[in-house]
Amino acid sequence: MLDIMALLRSLPPSIAQGIIWGIMAIGVYITFKILDFADLTVDGSLALGGSVAVMLILNGMPPGVALIFATAAGLVAGLVTGILHTLLGIPDILAGILSQIALYSINMNIMGKSNAAISVDNYHLVVSLRYINAAIIIGLIFLAAIVCILYWFFGTELGYTIRATGCNEAMSRAQGINTNTAKIIGLALSNGLVGLSGGLIAQYQGYSDVNMGRGAIVIGLAAVIIGEVIGDALLGKRLNFAGRLTFAAIGAVIYYMVITFVLWLGLPSQDMKLFSAIVVALFLAVPYLRSKSVSSFKKAARKGASS
Amino acid sequence: MLEIRDIHKTFNKGTINEKVALRGVSLRLEDGDFCTVIGGNGAGKSTMLNAVAGVWPVDEGRIFIDDVDVTGLPEFKRAKYLGRVFQDPMTGTAATMELRENLALALRRGQRRTLKWGITKAEKERFIRALETFDLGLETRSSIKVGMLSGGQRQAVTLLMATLKRPRLLLLDEHTAALDPKTAQKVLELSDKIIEEENLTAMMVTHNMRDAINHGNRLIMMNEGQIVLDISGEEKKNLTVEDLLQKFEDVSGEEFSNDSALLSKN
Repeated sequence: MLDIMALLRSLPPSIAQGIIWGIMAIGVYITFKILDFADLTVDGSLALGGSVAVMLILNGMPPGVALIFATAAGLVAGLVTGILHTLLGIPDILAGILSQIALYSINMNIMGKSNAAISVDNYHLVVSLRYINAAIIIGLIFLAAIVCILYWFFGTELGYTIRATGCNEAMSRAQGINTNTAKIIGLALSNGLVGLSGGLIAQYQGYSDVNMGRGAIVIGLAAVIIGEVIGDALLGKRLNFAGRLTFAAIGAVIYYMVITFVLWLGLPSQDMKLFSAIVVALFLAVPYLRSKSVSSFKKAARKGASS
Repeated sequence: MLEIRDIHKTFNKGTINEKVALRGVSLRLEDGDFCTVIGGNGAGKSTMLNAVAGVWPVDEGRIFIDDVDVTGLPEFKRAKYLGRVFQDPMTGTAATMELRENLALALRRGQRRTLKWGITKAEKERFIRALETFDLGLETRSSIKVGMLSGGQRQAVTLLMATLKRPRLLLLDEHTAALDPKTAQKVLELSDKIIEEENLTAMMVTHNMRDAINHGNRLIMMNEGQIVLDISGEEKKNLTVEDLLQKFEDVSGEEFSNDSALLSKN
């Protein structure tokens, strides 16, 4: 029997989770949408942020300060991917995979084992699933601050260079933009946010795990795409840059609500990643299939045959 | 002023696709010179422009812009001396950015990009005035995404971007070839006007003999990676298409390659 109350009870945690993961989704938005770079570093840099935050807290650092280091660690991870891609000429997806794989070992070394726990009983954690309402509010404050900072940054001369590079590299170079630098800055910024998100996730769930980032890029893409579809449907052309970032985070919240819903319907949790992959594949395929429905060889053949 | 000293470039050296594109090109343009460049496909016209722009390093030779040796500078560093318009109207602008944002990017060519606002209020007004002089109806649409504009409009915007900040040298690489004849004419007129008003030093590659003759104060013809003809002054003014064909035969000892685009006389 499906218990409606159980579903309602599980909604606030999924919202809190969605908001915290939404920070990562904004990071993915920067690489995937602005820089046009499919960055797989994310899976590693999320766990990196979590590992760094947890180990620093265990060693006596205030949890809030530990988040700064989690962000910085993610930043460095993005920097490495950027250097692999620009200075060493490694294709974007492969550069991200190399960082991701390397980070697995790095995270194991940081924690000394595959996971590390911090109890909210012993530490004043920034967010915890024990206090859902507080987690939602703090998560929203983080989100609002990040959206404001990014809105400002991408409106600056430096921010323009990253947007231009993601759009048209030849034009950017012709206008005197060092496209390599722009890519590295974008990747570092993105992974910094992912590291911050990882630090918050580890505190929220009370532990960090070397595998906590597995599939994070898929969740990030799902959030970005879901947010884009909903944002366009609701606001269309009136959606400005800050709105688009916000909708990436909203996409993450919706993603977690949908996950909670299908779990409630009885989908085994081991099938969750399969489900996520299918959702992302569908959302990525829809725009393509829609354009095909307007113009395709099949259609052309049918028309030719009937005339 | 531009000075090219004996530049050479071979693509895919040592492979089956080896192509010698430039074999010893030397050229000196004085301030205010407007030089048109013609030649058949594969003659090295665009390659010469790309060598000046620094798209890739040359194998031999040196390039100076206003007595600065730019041979070792990468493309993005050379950009501060250059304004460029490309053959493909899509190449010169960022489609997902606003028209005025594109202009703001161009205005900062050669400057360090900082955390100051990417576009200021005064600039927004300046851009509207600049668009007015172009008479394309774009002055009221400066916040439109460039991707929404037609090829001709985008090419005009690229031209504005290339000249908004006065370049030491303007490089026009068959910038009207992808446009319909009427739009091409309009963009060409705009180019002429800007070059004249700002007294720019410019190089324009074209497939069209008549355009090459009617524009600029100097004409060079390229063939097989070399400059085979260099006409300026009174001689250029009195030049006809027939003269040009004859001169090519005299200089190269062969008939003008039967390239339909090259032979287009109108």
